[in-house]
Amino acid sequence: MKIKVLGPGCANCVNLEKVAKQAASELGIDATFEKVTDYAEIAAYGIMRTPGLVVDEQVVLSGRVPTARQVKELLAPRVG
Amino acid sequence: MTTTATPGARRKSLQRWGGLALAAVLWWVLYLVNQPFWDWLVGSVIGLDLSGRLGSGVHFFLYDTVKIVLLLAGIIFLVTVLRSFMSVERTRALLGGKREGVGNVLAAGLGVVTPFCSCSAVPAFIGFVASGIPLGVTMSFLIASPLVNEVAIALLLGLFGVGPTLMYVGAGLVIAIVAGYIIGRLKLERFVEPFVFETKLRGQVIDSTTDLTWDDRIQMGIEEVSSILRKIWPYLLVGIGLGAVIHGWAPEDFFATYAGADNPFAVLIAVLVGVPLYSNAAGILPLVEALHTKGLPMGTLLAFMMATVALSLPELILLRRVLKPKLIAIFVSVTALGIIAVGYLFNAVL
Repeated sequence: MKIKVLGPGCANCVNLEKVAKQAASELGIDATFEKVTDYAEIAAYGIMRTPGLVVDEQVVLSGRVPTARQVKELLAPRVG
Repeated sequence: MTTTATPGARRKSLQRWGGLALAAVLWWVLYLVNQPFWDWLVGSVIGLDLSGRLGSGVHFFLYDTVKIVLLLAGIIFLVTVLRSFMSVERTRALLGGKREGVGNVLAAGLGVVTPFCSCSAVPAFIGFVASGIPLGVTMSFLIASPLVNEVAIALLLGLFGVGPTLMYVGAGLVIAIVAGYIIGRLKLERFVEPFVFETKLRGQVIDSTTDLTWDDRIQMGIEEVSSILRKIWPYLLVGIGLGAVIHGWAPEDFFATYAGADNPFAVLIAVLVGVPLYSNAAGILPLVEALHTKGLPMGTLLAFMMATVALSLPELILLRRVLKPKLIAIFVSVTALGIIAVGYLFNAVL
């Protein structure tokens, strides 16, 4: 699974990455993480509020930092 | 809302609305006892003279801190819950295909009601412009959003009443509409970084607000209150502290003499001081309140506050990623001129 955290490096983006990593490890998912900090690249995903979370090139969340449980709910159906 | 009213769901619903009603009553009681409580504590228990310098300064600080925190908590909660029905994505969809003029008016109005943080100004700017929304219309949105903000509305309403609040909202909307329209007419697209127009929007748009329950929206309101209060409390304390000093110690006619209604440069100076000053409405309004009691006219004070909240250096530095310096300069000048004009207008008619 490829997980991208979109954001210019603000506190929220750091938090989102931390939460997403925790969720992935709790689910036992083998995921690679990538940070996307370039604004053109972020906007190209259709995201207008940072931070954003992209799983296998699908935007699953934007504009807020979720809890690890919420991220697990987002990730679980995409495993496999 | 739930369509199938199972006993469990009904109990949850009762808990939710009952809790909210209880919180509202508690809020109202605290708001009512605030002044008598500090009158009693500062005046009778500590024994300070409430009309003296120290007594009135201390009383102002304590009373104002509680009042402003209450007002902020109440109004930010309400606004956040109401705004949870809007989103930047929906706003962009509404603005799509609108001409300039109508577009500017709509964009300014949506700038007020859309939940939006200027930290997202850059991706939103790219998202708007790359999807074909005219530059001037986009700017109307970006100007209105910080200029007419919920913190300022909460405090103006509580400290000055409905009249000045409506004036502020109306003035903010007009400035955003006109400034955006002028920027659009000037055909400044060449001063936008070219990559913005080349950005291809490929991701599907997700609107994170469509499937929220009432519990989610209330939770968002509570989180927003705590996050805003945590962010602004230093500004708030400095602002109220300065206000208290002015309140207790500044000579009665000091500010009125130098910056009163008969000084033609007062508004101009207020705006020039306000633009580089980086604070938010929570830090500025206690100061504005204290200066108002010292005889400064409302137009000058509103202009000062608008200049401080609408144009901030950190946001301009962020916008530099997408706008060339010349366009940033024009954006700042047009907005500042609008604020100055509004200040003079209010001083003249009030």
